[in-house]
Amino acid sequence: MSKHLIDLVDIRKTYGEDDALKNINLYIRDGEFLTLLGPSGCGKTTMLRLIAGFTMPTEGKILIDGKDVSAVPPFKRRVNTVFQKYALFPHLNVYDNVAFGLKIQKLSPQEIDTRVNEMLELVNLKGYGKRWIDQLSGGQQQRVAIARALVNRPQVLLLDEPLGALDLKLRKGMQIELKKMQQRLGITFIFVTHDQEEALTMSDTIVVMNEGQIQQIGTPTDIYNEPKNVFVAKFIGESNILPGIMKKDLLINFMGRDFECVDSGFTKNEPVDVVVRPEDIDMVSDADENAHLHGKVKSVLFMGVHYEFLVECGSVTLTIHSTDYVAPGSDVGIIILPDAIHIMHKSVKPEELDFTTADELLEAEMDAELEDKDE
Amino acid sequence: MKRKVFAYPYIVWMALFIAVPMVFIFYYAFNVDGSFSFSKVWATLSDISKWRVLWVSIEIAAGTTVFCLLLGYPVAYILSNMRKSIAAFISVLFFVPMWMNFVLRTYAWQAILEYAIPNMLGWTDKTLTGSVWAVMMVLVYNFIPFMVMPLYNSLSKIDRSLIEASGDLGANGRMTFFKVVLPLSVPGIVSGITMVFIPAITAFTVPALIGNGNYNLYGNEIEMAFKQAAGSAGSADYSVGSTLAIILLICVFISTAVMNRFDKDHEEGGNLL
Amino acid sequence: MKKVKPFRYVYLALMLLFLYLPIIYLIVFSFNDFSTGRRVSYANLGRWNGFTLENYTNVFAGEAGSALLLTLEVALITSVVATVIGTFAAIGINSMKKRPKSIILNISQLPMVNPDLVTGITFMMLFAFVNGVLVNMGADRLSDIVKLLIAHISFSIPYVIFSVMPRLKQSSSMLYEAALDLGCTPMQAMFRVIIPDIMPGITSGFIMALTMSLDDFVVSYFVSDLRSTLSVYMYSAARGAKGVNPALATIIFIPLVTLLLIVNLRRISKEREDEIQNKKVKMKG
Repeated sequence: MSKHLIDLVDIRKTYGEDDALKNINLYIRDGEFLTLLGPSGCGKTTMLRLIAGFTMPTEGKILIDGKDVSAVPPFKRRVNTVFQKYALFPHLNVYDNVAFGLKIQKLSPQEIDTRVNEMLELVNLKGYGKRWIDQLSGGQQQRVAIARALVNRPQVLLLDEPLGALDLKLRKGMQIELKKMQQRLGITFIFVTHDQEEALTMSDTIVVMNEGQIQQIGTPTDIYNEPKNVFVAKFIGESNILPGIMKKDLLINFMGRDFECVDSGFTKNEPVDVVVRPEDIDMVSDADENAHLHGKVKSVLFMGVHYEFLVECGSVTLTIHSTDYVAPGSDVGIIILPDAIHIMHKSVKPEELDFTTADELLEAEMDAELEDKDE
Repeated sequence: MKRKVFAYPYIVWMALFIAVPMVFIFYYAFNVDGSFSFSKVWATLSDISKWRVLWVSIEIAAGTTVFCLLLGYPVAYILSNMRKSIAAFISVLFFVPMWMNFVLRTYAWQAILEYAIPNMLGWTDKTLTGSVWAVMMVLVYNFIPFMVMPLYNSLSKIDRSLIEASGDLGANGRMTFFKVVLPLSVPGIVSGITMVFIPAITAFTVPALIGNGNYNLYGNEIEMAFKQAAGSAGSADYSVGSTLAIILLICVFISTAVMNRFDKDHEEGGNLL
Repeated sequence: MKKVKPFRYVYLALMLLFLYLPIIYLIVFSFNDFSTGRRVSYANLGRWNGFTLENYTNVFAGEAGSALLLTLEVALITSVVATVIGTFAAIGINSMKKRPKSIILNISQLPMVNPDLVTGITFMMLFAFVNGVLVNMGADRLSDIVKLLIAHISFSIPYVIFSVMPRLKQSSSMLYEAALDLGCTPMQAMFRVIIPDIMPGITSGFIMALTMSLDDFVVSYFVSDLRSTLSVYMYSAARGAKGVNPALATIIFIPLVTLLLIVNLRRISKEREDEIQNKKVKMKG
């Protein structure tokens, strides 16, 4: 693809004692839709704020277009932000909110007028210029926020969980609209979210983050199909993660038997983690002689598109997704094909993963940030 | 630029005109001919008449506070049970008289008690001013909004569902009031008390205009000490007034400390009324 | 919604009557004819002698007039200066860290918690001290208006701060960042975004400062020597033989009350509108 627009080089950011970001190296290409994905408090918002210029890195540098902007204040960067809760100016109407940046640039009134109207049309808010912000619904406010940022024709648009406050249906609609907008305008979008589904739908590139570090960078399919570690596997989609031993290339032992697999390059008899997606496991009749394993269906949940089964195989309970119904209590056979098996090196420390992380983490991050401003 | 520099002019102003003047009270109380001494403080403290005035003031202020509470609680309670917008309107009506000049309001009562009511009753040689009850009534008049305001705030914050829950659990209206509403409004009561009690001790205009000088309160004592000192020939001796003021400040300090314990959100505030 | 029983309304009405009685009384008597022979004395404020508008024609004659001028002058300058200093102070304090912030806010509460009497005497002593120094240096003493301004501004600023603070807290720090993001320098962000956003707080702070200054008696009483503000004038007149012209009550009270009523009723109806608006927006989804 095209040239690097943004380079983050050896970035470290600390708040007091805590590392918010450590050892971040990342480049962002011109015109791509990049998503920073991770649980609350993983440092993704801090990264966005570094790029916007609201905070300065403790170490390392940020290059935009090859120029070091680490110490350049936000108002001198050609970067605009769509804020989490929109941060629309309550004392201005829709038109003046959108025109704000252009007025600061002291453009001619005619030009401001054309550009604002153009932009309001782009976000489907033609005729809403005179409305006050508090007279708009959440979805409409969202559009104003996008228009207000895009009207300045930034090189990069930063979006900080912009869809978080919308309900599910509106959110799906906005996802598609945003993606279309980005493709049409060709502007680089950096999108922050903790919603893996959103990230998978919209992005060209996903950067998965946890505890201030980048876990994996890749296309949505890479990240989903080839998670690099347990964290990514657990965070993106559902998975069965099981301990195993890599017997040799293309042969793995887990759940008490050998399976053929497609991975190689591990040391002989290396203990590894095995990831199997619930939808990649096939259930067959107990009598099927191709079955690798046998188990008993403990419970069934109807999920809409598919059923979710918990199947007990010896000491292990597997989660399996299937569109065919099997009654609880049935004995079933299980087939796991080689390309359904993803093998990862054991994490250095087995991480306790809890994705129900509260907003407090984010708030703590923001607080730390405020404190930091006064240093 | 750091935004906190915007506070610097104020901080300088505050240091010069809020913090430093407070120091003068202590300076004048303890300064005897240029050196630190308790002698003047001691002389003032051993004047038994000053303590008598303080005691009478505390009695009158306490009486005022009790009447404010008894009369003001029902007002706040009724308002808190009304529709929000109507209650807001009526509470504005309650606080508006507060904005008429204190002196003028007191003067009006002086006229009513001294002339209007006696004239109406056909008295020729008696007036209603000069009695302790008159002083207390006008104090109640002046301070009751300060009682109603915090009471109304704390009563209207009580979650309606608690009252319903109490009814649901079998309490009748009276029991609900005494077991649920009253305990929950304690912070309002406490801040109402402090907002009435201290100003009542220091109100020197009311005793002067209504009490005909018969009921000097602590505020009058301080006022006279300072005005006399300033009026006297030669350099003014503020030691008596300063000592009296220190005692007053101790009272204020105690009551504020009590209030802060109950009133957790004291950082808020800034209501127009 | 609980039903409000009728005796509750009766009680409220009686309390309101109690509160408004002296005000009504003064307004009625402001039309009373006080002239007895050649001299006018307002002291006998209890006997109705007949209707006249004379009290209004001579309401600002003599001392009352100059007192009014001084009062207005002090109140206007005070409210402008206190609003400017207080608003910037609030913005500054709001961006401070927790600890210095709470120290400064606590000290700022001092003039609000302190009885007026204490504020008054501390200024009295401060100015006596400063005057002593000035006289020793061979300079002029501080004039009454300077002393009044310093004292009034000092006790008004905290009210401005505490009116602006809640608004500042509501307004998210995101707005400031959004302004920077859209190309504002910090200064532009301050004047184009933050100040307009907290304007309602600033306005109510200004009105607070204005009314506090207009209404003050105790502090002015201790601070001024030669010239008196309106309330100091009224106090000495009330204690004197001549009494206070009750027309002052209507003339001062009516505009002030009207102002406050308008401000508050507007706020109340705005709140109601907002409630209705919020419901509508929610329904629209």
